[in-house]
Amino acid sequence: MKLAIRDLEIGFGDRRVVELAELDVAAGEIVGLVGESGSGKSITALAVLGLAEAAGARVTGSIELDGRELIGAPPSQLREIRGSRIAMIFQHPVSAFNPVFRVGEIFLRALRLHGASRAKAVERARSALAEVLLPYELLNRYPHQLSGGQAQRVAVALAVALRAEVLIADEATSALDVTVQAEIVELLARLRELEGIAILFISHDLAVVGQLCDRVAVMREGRIVETGRTERVLHAPQDPYTRELIAAVPRITAGRTA
Amino acid sequence: MTALLSLRDVEVTFGPVRAVAGVSLDVPEGPYGVGVVGESGSGKTTLGRAVLRLVRPAAGVVAFAGRDVARLRGRELKSFRGDAQIVFQDPGGTLDPRMRVGAALGEALRVHDVVPRAQVGARIDALLEEVGLEPAHTSRFPHQLSGGQRQRVAIARGLAVEPRLLVLDEPTSALDVTVQARILALFERLRDERRLAYLLISHNLAVVERLCDETVVLYLGRIVEQGRTEEVLARPAHPYTHALRSAVPELDLASRRQRVVVSGPPPDPADPPPGCVFHPRCPLAADVCRTDVPPLREVAPGRLAACHFAEEVLAEDFVALSH
Ligand SMILES: Nc1ncnc2c1ncn2[C@@H]1O[C@H](COP(=O)(O)OP(=O)(O)OP(=O)(O)O)[C@@H](O)[C@H]1O
Ligand SMILES: Nc1ncnc2c1ncn2[C@@H]1O[C@H](COP(=O)(O)OP(=O)(O)OP(=O)(O)O)[C@@H](O)[C@H]1O
Ligand code: SF4
Ligand SMILES: [Mg+2]
Ligand SMILES: [Mg+2]
Repeated sequence: MKLAIRDLEIGFGDRRVVELAELDVAAGEIVGLVGESGSGKSITALAVLGLAEAAGARVTGSIELDGRELIGAPPSQLREIRGSRIAMIFQHPVSAFNPVFRVGEIFLRALRLHGASRAKAVERARSALAEVLLPYELLNRYPHQLSGGQAQRVAVALAVALRAEVLIADEATSALDVTVQAEIVELLARLRELEGIAILFISHDLAVVGQLCDRVAVMREGRIVETGRTERVLHAPQDPYTRELIAAVPRITAGRTA
Repeated sequence: MTALLSLRDVEVTFGPVRAVAGVSLDVPEGPYGVGVVGESGSGKTTLGRAVLRLVRPAAGVVAFAGRDVARLRGRELKSFRGDAQIVFQDPGGTLDPRMRVGAALGEALRVHDVVPRAQVGARIDALLEEVGLEPAHTSRFPHQLSGGQRQRVAIARGLAVEPRLLVLDEPTSALDVTVQARILALFERLRDERRLAYLLISHNLAVVERLCDETVVLYLGRIVEQGRTEEVLARPAHPYTHALRSAVPELDLASRRQRVVVSGPPPDPADPPPGCVFHPRCPLAADVCRTDVPPLREVAPGRLAACHFAEEVLAEDFVALSH
């Protein structure tokens, strides 16, 4: 298994916020993680990157990458894995970028840190930006000079350019209009197809999850309440909370013959 | 009747980028909702910031209750700052990181004298409950909250001062759909009970349909279509709106439709194409589109569109037309 999570518990002070028995993502597989706001999706993602402790959390259990345990691994090893083997698109990209660097410098620093030559880094930045439908000119901007969706696409482009084996996308399309979103969804599907990348796709958008993900896990109050093939979970949900979620998806009614 | 908010030929530029390129729009006194949709980077957030006087327009006028907001001073400015509120797209970046949730909400309540001091605490708890948070969250700093919890704190802060106009920039994009439904119901209730007017910026067309009487579609800083929400969504008059509508991902298999692909990258806002700004990507583009700017005009009762062929788009099956 590319990424295997077992008995993961995460707490802040005496509050336990995650109690996750089992979650796997295979190479070439896209797994959706959906559920309640505050249920522990982002902190679980941070734990995979070895960043949850830095946010003040206590983490126990097991997270394996290709069979190698990440919990308790030395910081130098985790630093090496972050970016080169596991890439992350953070939920609020603007605040995750260093504001003093222009977008181009952010790209160059990240890519060169992981061993790309300068020429190679420039080349990869250029093609990654094109893939997310952004003009090359944006490399000269500071993060705060981007629109919400442009910043989100820069984060996607950066993660793509890193060529990691595992991609964790935390609300990676929430700030995109539906036409651009469709292109990004196709890009992620292509990455899985061509590069066999494993993707953990955290999202509140069940329709996008339905299009993109092979399997889906539904979280509530730190636990997975239901998991299975995407079609099965979304079209024949078993758990009452999953049913509630699916019923609450707003649907356009205009122009629909009832 | 004067509109509560009135924009006339508003332009906002960042160096060579015309982020808002001449927008005119009226929002009547509430209860009323206007949806603002459009491509990422089309100027929606910038427009919202211009309404709140957070960015200075290079040209045009923003008027609130008949007064040019650029000229407000002193007491009038303070009252405007209470009457008009904005909930930002990225609440992480806009909540003060050093202020606990309770303090941030308390400050808003005190500055605008919303309730007597003795009632501030109770009001904070009530506000949090309305957005689905708990009294215990008052002692948290923003970074100690999940993305959706932060978004709800920002909403609570926007509502705290009981504004007449609310600019909501993607207010529910970080919420699960059950919490989202609760927040949408809250906006509806405030609209009807407190006669709130809002500009709702959203990529979620179903949310816009539910909450907004009227919708404007922005493309490259310009309004390309405007009308009653259900009519715009049922029968778009502009090819861009059509593409947008067709790309909505549907959960229900029966509702899925053929996506009209908008080909090619978005144009460079610093160097917009001549003629119709949508022509390089429009499946209907004809010669006239490459040279003549289509004005925003009434193409059906109550419907504005900026397209030379809006009548055809409205009348015929667009997909047939584009092949
Ligand atoms: N630094 C922190 N200190 C204390 N509690 C925290 C901290 N970070 C997160 N939490 C809490 O942990 C829980 C899980 O948060 P997390 O960010 O993982 O939620 P989420 O599922 O990503 O939610 P959303 O969909 O709203 O983004 C929440 O209740 C949150 O308030
Ligand atoms: N401070 C700035 N400096 C330079 N350009 C800017 C600045 N702020 C915004 N822009 C540009 O202005 C245009 C409009 O941005 P705006 O944030 O209004 O878009 P938006 O419609 O809200 O997009 P999104 O849906 O992605 O949030 C974009 O091309 C953006 O890159
Ligand atoms: S004016 Fe021409 S290019 Fe522009 S939207 Fe209409 S048909 Fe397309
Ligand atoms: Mg989150
Ligand atoms: Mg925006």
